[in-house]
Amino acid sequence: MKRIVGGLGLLAAGMGVVRWLSSRPSEITRDRTPRNRWIMVTINCAPQRLASRADLPEPITRLGDAVDIKICPAPGDRGTELGARLRDFPRTRISGITTRNMDDDPRRMVEEALRHAKSLIETGEVLRPDWPPSTHPTPAGKLLELAGRRGGRL
Amino acid sequence: MKALCWEGVNKLAVERVPDPQILNDQDAILKVTLTTTCGSDLHLIGGYIPTMKSGDVIGHEFMGEIVEVGSGVRRRKVGDRVVVCSFIGCGRCWYCTHDLWSLCDNTNTNWELAQEIFGFETGGVYGYSHAMGGFKGSHSEYIRIPFADYGTFPIPDGVSDKDALYASDAAPTGWMGAHLGGVKSGDIVAVWGAGGVGQMAARSAQILGAERVIVIDWLPERLAMVERYIDAETIDFSKIDVDAELRERTGGRGPDVCIEAVGMEAVSVPDGQYAYDKVKQQLRLQQERPIAVREAIYSCRKGGSVFILGVFGGLADKFPLGPMMNKGLSVAGAQQHGHRYIPMLLKRIANGEMSARHLATHEMSLDEGPKGYDIFKNKKDGCVRVVFRPHG
Repeated sequence: MKRIVGGLGLLAAGMGVVRWLSSRPSEITRDRTPRNRWIMVTINCAPQRLASRADLPEPITRLGDAVDIKICPAPGDRGTELGARLRDFPRTRISGITTRNMDDDPRRMVEEALRHAKSLIETGEVLRPDWPPSTHPTPAGKLLELAGRRGGRL
Repeated sequence: MKALCWEGVNKLAVERVPDPQILNDQDAILKVTLTTTCGSDLHLIGGYIPTMKSGDVIGHEFMGEIVEVGSGVRRRKVGDRVVVCSFIGCGRCWYCTHDLWSLCDNTNTNWELAQEIFGFETGGVYGYSHAMGGFKGSHSEYIRIPFADYGTFPIPDGVSDKDALYASDAAPTGWMGAHLGGVKSGDIVAVWGAGGVGQMAARSAQILGAERVIVIDWLPERLAMVERYIDAETIDFSKIDVDAELRERTGGRGPDVCIEAVGMEAVSVPDGQYAYDKVKQQLRLQQERPIAVREAIYSCRKGGSVFILGVFGGLADKFPLGPMMNKGLSVAGAQQHGHRYIPMLLKRIANGEMSARHLATHEMSLDEGPKGYDIFKNKKDGCVRVVFRPHG
């Protein structure tokens, strides 16, 4: 019991130090408000290949009016930059956090659509994961799947 | 079908797993003829690369015969005898078209997981964890080959299966270390590690014009193999101070190019630093034991080049940033861009300029997979590589 109390005391002291350090005025402050950033991919094709929205493949057109689209030439020989940005963006940090781990995270869906579009334009297909799996369900495996679905940085 | 599966840290088992299927038009199915152990498998088996799942099929260095092709495969056909690059490249993204194949944009189907770990994902790899795509490995009877037109390479007539096998990974990885390390005529090259990749790096450095090549290891049978088959000099680090020896052999300058072919589980003479690294790694406080990388950076001549071929998974402690910066070194590393080199290497293998078959010290059936890895991991019986024959 003494050990537990001692441990909790140390933890509380540590949290206090962290809080004190983080509350000190600093010249460097980062704006933590979520931003509705453009999600971008660069596609290895000439800009003429994506001259208009009508040239975009199905994964992007499926998003319809939910996103704004940006197409511009990439510098050098790097191809064409394709970007999409949600028109309706969750403004609060809380809503961002609640959707972050879920398959229906809208930013994740946009990012996936962009990657699929890129792959279709470059290779003609979207590579599918190996199937059926040879793995067995374990707690560690479930954690790994969760980590794999995180994505969607805000 | 039968396959060798990872079932947890240091646990392997031969199991029945589902047969592979054509899932994309550009896929092929390969009947695996030969598949070999690789030192980097040991990082997975030992749990140092954490994105493995129970039941994952391991193995990434292999050759075989195409038995089925998807409707989008144009340049390969059923019956072709091919060696397969361990990395999967789409052939058409910016990275593939610039010969940086292991960085392919379109072949890592677990890109979100890989981005969490590396910032950006690598290309997919067979049998090498879910961060690298989660593709089933080659220690199996059959395997799916995505983008088969790009990732399979016909083996020239006259080149045996075993001669071609190491063109899948060890030979192109070694060649890349010498090539991208900038080896040129007159250089003295030091290679840390006398395993398959280290030996291939040493031979590649010779072909690229190195005046002298020195290979560093401590296993006598491997050092003897280097002297016999590669005709390179050796240093046994368990008996000799490597840095002092290299200075003496290079007129006090240090090697021009240092190639690290060891990776995250390097061993060393038992000193405080080694014990510190080992304890931290066992406690999972760090992933790497970058001992050979440290030595290479310290020993490399001023303005020289260090190329890292050994596999590392995350963060390293005590990285000698100061020596690297102040000595003006060029330090680089990569997973193998095999597609760039394999056709050329197969030609060199065909004309006898390059040979790797001596690496196959042991040959077994796939049923003996766990035993094979025990021999390989513990360097028993002079083992350098074990080759499995999934179809007997």
